[in-house]
This record gives sequence, structure tokens and C-alpha cells, in this order.
Amino acid sequence: MNEIRNLINITDLSTEEIEHLVTVADDIMAHPEAYQDMCAHKKLATLFFEPSTRTRLSFTAAMMDLGGNVLGFADANSSSATKGESVADTVTMAGCYADIIAMRHPKEGAPVVAARRTTVPIINAGDGGHFHPTQTLTDLLTIHRKKSRFSHLTIGLCGDLMFGRTVHSLIEAMSRYEDVHFILISPPELRLPDYMKEMMDQKGVLWEECEKLEDAIPKLDILYMTRVQKERFFNEADYIRLKDSYILTRKKLGPAKADMIIMHPLPRVNEIQVEVDDDPRACYFYQALCGKYIRMALILYLLGLK
Amino acid sequence: MNIDGINNGIVLDHISAGKGMRIYELMKLDRLDCMVAIIQNASSTKFGKKDIIKVDGTGFKLDLDMLGYIDQHITVDTIENGRLVKKQHVDLPEELTNVIRCHNPRCITSVEQGIDQKFRLSNRQKKTYRCVYCDTEYREKED
Ligand SMILES: [Zn+2]
Repeated sequence: MNEIRNLINITDLSTEEIEHLVTVADDIMAHPEAYQDMCAHKKLATLFFEPSTRTRLSFTAAMMDLGGNVLGFADANSSSATKGESVADTVTMAGCYADIIAMRHPKEGAPVVAARRTTVPIINAGDGGHFHPTQTLTDLLTIHRKKSRFSHLTIGLCGDLMFGRTVHSLIEAMSRYEDVHFILISPPELRLPDYMKEMMDQKGVLWEECEKLEDAIPKLDILYMTRVQKERFFNEADYIRLKDSYILTRKKLGPAKADMIIMHPLPRVNEIQVEVDDDPRACYFYQALCGKYIRMALILYLLGLK
Repeated sequence: MNIDGINNGIVLDHISAGKGMRIYELMKLDRLDCMVAIIQNASSTKFGKKDIIKVDGTGFKLDLDMLGYIDQHITVDTIENGRLVKKQHVDLPEELTNVIRCHNPRCITSVEQGIDQKFRLSNRQKKTYRCVYCDTEYREKED
């Protein structure tokens, strides 16, 4: 029996493994019927200590499309966690019933605790503001399907780069490929943390900072938008001065490359105007679709079925 | 000032002056019923001043990783039957268990019962450690 594999952080997966998952996801998209019974009689436990309907539905749909079953809870109120049961105990119990666990928890590092205790694979479906590797896998599949490569890309990351965990994970994942160049578009208050910049420097990844989306947009192959929350600003005046710089409109897309792709982890508020949705470069709903397929590939991989 | 030599136990020498008490607490030496001596501000040819801890007895946990984390200058002398049988130097450990606590209020260690506080060395030059659970870098403050 091989060692149990978990997915806590995106970097737990090698680039070869990511390549494999993307290939399998592509194949599932092309031949879904070939996969519809692959997880027959297998059970996925979705342990959501904090609600996230979007992520839980994506996991549920993924397991169902593989012919498997799903059990679990959708928030801590409906679980024993409110009675003070520890993560370790809840997960150990779930491991007695399920073949694989997807867990979401408001506390950072909770899946590490879980992985040390169970005998079934653990998938981190989000641990507070820390990691959300299946979101990153979703982003990677989207990039690969639209660009057919992970190297030689100029990626603009726009919005809240300080607290945006999806941005940090995507940078970590993409920094492993050749000739990837990041343009970090954010207000000074919400710049990428220094340790992320140090990580990129160590890997020899090119990056630059820029305050206005307009200045960066013509250079980009990928524009990754995130939400800028008003509460993150130190004062109202700065917010008013800067907020429009981080809203994508049809007009701002004017000088962008014809094959640039626009991504967003969703849900959005107003940082991408609805008028942009019809633009062929808008990929954020396609991303949501990719989320199910890459989770199917991941479940198969961690269960040792594919 | 005169401290008797010890028969069976250890001497922690070359502790940076002022760190002796912290080590005494971390090693839980107050729980021992053998003779324990802490010498503060002893004169040292190398460092000017140093602390020394002498324990004449066994029954304590000698955690070299913890000692290495607190102070890389420490030497550990093991005494058996009144004779020095081993001299060990300590170094910054790769991993630290239950020596420092994660200060991140969003970390799972702030709520989960019965788990070890674990840190891994993230930068040897800067002597920084990160929590293995939440990756937050540890910063010294009043524990
Ligand atoms: Zn922590």
C-alpha cells in the first residue's frame, strides 16, 4: 500500500502531478461517460466546519459524476464540532465511513491536524485565509485549457494582493514554470506581502508592481481579478481615489490583447462590470465549470484510481 | 561563591547571561527533587558573562533542540560518577516541538485540544521559524 496522499497546499503536488491532473480533467471533459462509474461504491465526506456552498457543491457534483456517494455536513452548527469535538476526532470518525475527505475549516492549518490523524486522503477545501488548493487547481486547468501552456505567460494580478489567498497560491504554483512574468496591480495598501516577493526572487521569477490597471493591461496574457474590499483601506479618501482603478470595464479592455483571458475566483461584487461578461475573453464562469472537472481528476488521483 | 561538583547529571554551560531562568522553566526543573543550581552572571572568558545550570540527578527531559533554539552557545556536559563523559554542542534545530507557541489567533492550535505546538526552521540566517500548521512566522514577545 502506498503512502496516503493529501492535498493541503498546491505545492504538495509536483508539476508532473499537476500535468497529470490537467490531462485527466481534459479527458473527462471529452469523455465523461468513461468516468461515470469509476467511483462506484466509494464515498466522499465533505466536512464543512464553515459554510461554502460553492465549493461544497463543486465537490459533490464531482463525486456524483464519478458514480460515487457523498456524505457530510455543510456547517459547524449541524456537526458535533459545536459540541466541542476536535478536528482530529471528527475527521477520525469520518475516516471510518468515507474513502476520502474534503474539509473546510475557518482555522488555518486545520487540514494538517486532520491529515496527521486519518487513514484516508484529506483534501483541503479552504482553511481560513490560508490555502485553497482546489481553487488553484481550477485556475490552472482554466489557464491550460485556454492557453495550452503554463510557461511563457505574462500574468496580471489585480486587486487585493495582500490578503488574497487565491493570488498567493496561484503565484506559488505558476512560479515553477519557465518565463512567467507577474504584474502586480494593487493600491499601495494592498500590495503583495514581502515574503511572496522574496519567494519569487529566489526562484528568479520576474515581477513588477503597478498601481493602475490601465497601465498593465496591454501587456497581459492573463488578467486575474480579485475583489478590493473597502474595509481594507486605511481611509475613505484613498478608497474613493483608487476604487475605480480596480474595476474592469469594457472600455479598459480596449487595449488588451485579443487572446487575453480574464479570470476571477468568484463571487464577484462589482470589480468586473456585468458588461464584460459577454466579451469572449471573460473566462470566470468557464473557471467554475473547470472546478468540477479538476476535482474529479483529483479525487481519482488521491484514491489511486487514475 | 562555591557550587559543589555533581555526581550524576548535567551541566549546561555557556548559557548567554539572562537566559538561564527561561531554560530552567522550559526544562521544568522546578519539578525535580534533586539538587539544581542556577548560576547567573558567572564570569566567562569567551562572553564576559554567562549563566550555568547544574542538575545533580536524572528524571528531566534533555531537549537539545529546545536548547539550540534558545541559545546556540550552550554546551551540555554529561556527568556520570563524578566524571565528564560527554560534551555536546547545540545548534538551531530543523523542528521545534512545544517550545514556542503560535501567536496567530486564526491558527488551529488556538482552539484544537491536545496538539503539539510545532515549528519548522524557515530561514537559518535569520533564525526564523514558521508554524507547521498555519505557516505564520514566529516573533518573540511576552509568552
Ligand atoms: Zn500557527
